[in-house]
Amino acid sequence: MTDEIPEIDAVSGTGIPIRGNDIDTDQIIPARFMKVVTFDGLGEFAFFDLRFDEDDNQKDHPFNEPQFQDASVLAVNANFGCGSSREHAPQALMRWGIDAIIGESFAEIFAGNCLALGIPTVTADHDTIVELQEWIDENPDGEIDVDVEAETVTYGDTTIEATVDDAQRRALTEGVWDTTALMKSNADAVAEKAAALPYIDE
Amino acid sequence: MSEGTLYDKVWEEHTVSELPTGQTQLFVGLHLIHEVTSPQAFGMLQERDLEVAYPELTHATVDHIVPTADQSRPYRDAAAEEMMSELEQNVRESGIQFSDPTTGEQGIVHVIGPEQGLTQPGKTIVCGDSHTSTHGAFGALAFGIGTSQIRDVLATQTVAMEKKKVRKIEVTGELGPGVEAKDIILEVIRRLGTEGGVGYVYEYAGEAIENLDMEGRMSICNMSIEGGARAGYVNPDETTYEWLAETDHFRENPEKFDELKPYWESIRSDDDAEYDDVVTIDGSELEPVVTWGTTPGQGVGISDPIPTPESLPADKADSARHAQEHMRVTPGDTMEGYEIDVAFLGSCTNARLPDLRRAAEVVEGQQVHEDVRAMVVPGSQRVKAAAEAEGLDKIFEEAGFEWRNAGCSMCLGMNEDQLQGDEACASSSNRNFIGRQGSKDGRTVLMSPRMVVAAAITGEVTDVRELKEVTLV
Repeated sequence: MTDEIPEIDAVSGTGIPIRGNDIDTDQIIPARFMKVVTFDGLGEFAFFDLRFDEDDNQKDHPFNEPQFQDASVLAVNANFGCGSSREHAPQALMRWGIDAIIGESFAEIFAGNCLALGIPTVTADHDTIVELQEWIDENPDGEIDVDVEAETVTYGDTTIEATVDDAQRRALTEGVWDTTALMKSNADAVAEKAAALPYIDE
Repeated sequence: MSEGTLYDKVWEEHTVSELPTGQTQLFVGLHLIHEVTSPQAFGMLQERDLEVAYPELTHATVDHIVPTADQSRPYRDAAAEEMMSELEQNVRESGIQFSDPTTGEQGIVHVIGPEQGLTQPGKTIVCGDSHTSTHGAFGALAFGIGTSQIRDVLATQTVAMEKKKVRKIEVTGELGPGVEAKDIILEVIRRLGTEGGVGYVYEYAGEAIENLDMEGRMSICNMSIEGGARAGYVNPDETTYEWLAETDHFRENPEKFDELKPYWESIRSDDDAEYDDVVTIDGSELEPVVTWGTTPGQGVGISDPIPTPESLPADKADSARHAQEHMRVTPGDTMEGYEIDVAFLGSCTNARLPDLRRAAEVVEGQQVHEDVRAMVVPGSQRVKAAAEAEGLDKIFEEAGFEWRNAGCSMCLGMNEDQLQGDEACASSSNRNFIGRQGSKDGRTVLMSPRMVVAAAITGEVTDVRELKEVTLV
């Protein structure tokens, strides 16, 4: 496999705020939309139950608002993506148009799934995030630059210091976030390990 | 950083290489797969012209979408049928063992792994399911992964991971009557929070943990992820070994048991192991815990008042307000008397034989309340058969419970078992998120299996200790 994995040093785009702590994967993509064998088309189901009522009428939700339809930088609060391991959650967000997420904190499996898709999950403190969310509301067309390498987020005249987990930063900026080929190249060492483990039969 | 813990040792034992990202390439001793999170991974393999590297270390079952009533094929739900067919094709083409419903071995992935002896101390175990932490009850290092990582594991039998910190959670003392493993873990999450465990692996220890049976330990490790910890474990001991000796794998290969035991002993945390954090909880002070909100951390002792949002830390107050509005509970009240419409006894947290036995003890001679629909969904076909051999099915059915086939069922409502409208459900499952049980207005109250059946009988959240004399776990 020789496909080049893109290096992701920075992501730019307009923002969209989703407020609240503990936004779980059942909210991001309800389980009934996971009865599929591909990830295609999941974008339209992102936050479905928060966006539509029983009769499929739109409810108030940022993902429904016209000014955010081209947004690619999601601003969230604490413990975003908690709950299940379903990659359907970041897949749905990505297919809706999200390329980067800035938040107070992320659930671990969710952040790992984002990394596997090349989506940075950048963190900053509560007040910083709240200010960013307010700015996005006032400037839906305003560009946000997420610099993964420098660990900064720039919007308007403001540049904030953000945090990108070390391994994530290296994986994204060096283009090694898709680990299959990299790990496959160690097949001999893997076979040796298998042979050495006491519980694996010959 | 921690040193000399089971986590450190199993990590070291399975390290293949250090990746350029600083992550570790970790060998996977057992890869469990199911129909919801694996099909896309097989698709990605195909796109890249890769094959399953170690099919013999991979094991499949079907659990999330499987109907628990009529299981004849094709399934009535065409989407479920398609997922099942896709899994059948993938395992056939790759030579992966499949505990499908015709084998009598099918069940929830976190129930069948242990019962078949696939789950063992000192193994690394992954599955595309966050409740993979369950297998840590045996002293395995087990955690949930996403679909791209499933692709990695299928293609290489390894996964890229960063090492975590280790928090020891010591539960001292003896549990009182009617208090069980579920209450311990709900209390742990209540105290440490739903994100308190992010960046940590939890080691559960102390007298109250050591005295639990394997099923109780599984219930606790299962919900580690609800506290933010991707993995949780209990050091293997005689209880573990006795359980393992009875599994197919070791009954058929007793010599293998003797051969492996020194390894199992060697990976136990050292007496002088160093932890990144230690938390102590007095188990003797616990009472049955139930949730009042919409995260597993929003729990309360059955006789304690539901907290006012203002009394909580500022960052929790808004969530609490929102949750209390959704659940229609009043701060200051206890959860006792909260009316329920549905009782669900099932899920990978609490649908094993001892769970059903203890619940049946409470149910015997009682009737399900006329306004409640109640169901028991055993965790596996084996659990179901064993329960039927003891006559537990009759006890439940005579009381008015539906006795179903094995699957994830109403824990997440991916099959036909779902809440309707704003129904309230007393549930032995693991998540009370809004929408989790199939209806976005549904209301879930998490509790132990015995508390679930007590609520089924009275039609409201009830302290099982007051309903009937209950035994010690």
